[in-house]
Amino acid sequence: MKPQPVLLILEPSDIIRAGLETLLDRQFTLLAPLRDYPPDLPGRLSRLQPDILLLNPTLIPAPTRMQLAALAQARPSMAIVALVYQYVEPQLLETFRAVLDIREQGSHVAQRLRECCRTEPDTSPESYELSERETEVLLLVAQGCSSKEIADRLHISIHTVNTHRKNITHKTGIKSVAGLAVYAMLHNLIN
Amino acid sequence: MNKNTPFTPHMKMADIIAANHSLLLVLPRLGIRLGFGEQSVKEVCDHYQLNVDFVLMIFNIYTFAGYLPSPHTLATTDLHPLVPYLQSCHRYYLTERLPHIKRHLLNIAAHAGDRYGTILRNFFADYEHEVQDHFAFEEQHIFPLLPPPDSSSPVSQAGAHLPVPPSSHLAHNHSDLVDRLSDLSGIVLKYIPGDILTEELNELVFGIMQLSSDLEKHALLEEKLLIPYIKQTLKHPLP
Repeated sequence: MKPQPVLLILEPSDIIRAGLETLLDRQFTLLAPLRDYPPDLPGRLSRLQPDILLLNPTLIPAPTRMQLAALAQARPSMAIVALVYQYVEPQLLETFRAVLDIREQGSHVAQRLRECCRTEPDTSPESYELSERETEVLLLVAQGCSSKEIADRLHISIHTVNTHRKNITHKTGIKSVAGLAVYAMLHNLIN
Repeated sequence: MNKNTPFTPHMKMADIIAANHSLLLVLPRLGIRLGFGEQSVKEVCDHYQLNVDFVLMIFNIYTFAGYLPSPHTLATTDLHPLVPYLQSCHRYYLTERLPHIKRHLLNIAAHAGDRYGTILRNFFADYEHEVQDHFAFEEQHIFPLLPPPDSSSPVSQAGAHLPVPPSSHLAHNHSDLVDRLSDLSGIVLKYIPGDILTEELNELVFGIMQLSSDLEKHALLEEKLLIPYIKQTLKHPLP
């Protein structure tokens, strides 16, 4: 049998902690929950090795907010999940692997948390250099060609052109045609 | 799963602004001034003779990613104040935000050397034109489909003499306006030499990012509220 995921809860409310423990007791190995954000959290996590850290985002002291992203990066096998029942800045929520709303149906909570464990972020290194073909496509896009025109010029399918365009946007972070033209100019690809 | 509690009529106005400070930009567009003390949203709206459901719809869209009013709320709330609201957004972008960004951008362009300078100036000039054209199109062809709320003519007549543009026209593309702006901030961040005018570069990037997120919400209001409302109103004119 697969071992149960290890869960660490960081939540100030006794009522909510008790509720979570009741809902999750049988399906997770629950570590002793914390009611405050400990200053030595990174150290504790490497000792306790939880699979999931369920954390109320309002507990994170403002100066350590950046720490969260670093924590997630340092321990990619651990899912950091936000436990939310009041307004939390969207930018802060984005740093979490997932968000668990307190109004979630009781019978779904365990499943939600299990799903978070399974979706490990893709951390494989990737290249941001454009390939030769992508550079060709970029140049034509920057000159104002449509995908159909590019497909005809390069003797490839529109579908392939669109895949190249998606990759270009992913690698450069630039979406608009005007932006791609500037990118091409700044890289001395066109005048 | 990613739901937060939407704002409701009896919450204090000051608490809502503290929860999402970008709503400070929304207040003047609704004609609301600061100094509302301990009043609730409902009380403030009553004071300014604003429809509280409409105001909350705006606040919630600006605050909660993915929030959209239910079809029932949409069908029972008078959305006429949306047009003056959107017009006031346009004025704010054209007379305050874009000139602010332009001032910093031109200053940076002047110090960044010919090559970067020309690229930045041209990119921004094109962008400014596109925004002006886009807003002008909306004000001339889309906003008039919904008459002002105090119009003496019933909605059915006011809208009826105007040809309804095809749906593709109604929902014309906002994403390019937002994309180009975020491309500009990316280009400034990554490629403009960082050793010139650091403060000015920061001001520029902050300015662009702020406008960009404001424009995103603006586009959402038009695409998810205004256009469906116009379609619904023209199909079933109010009595």
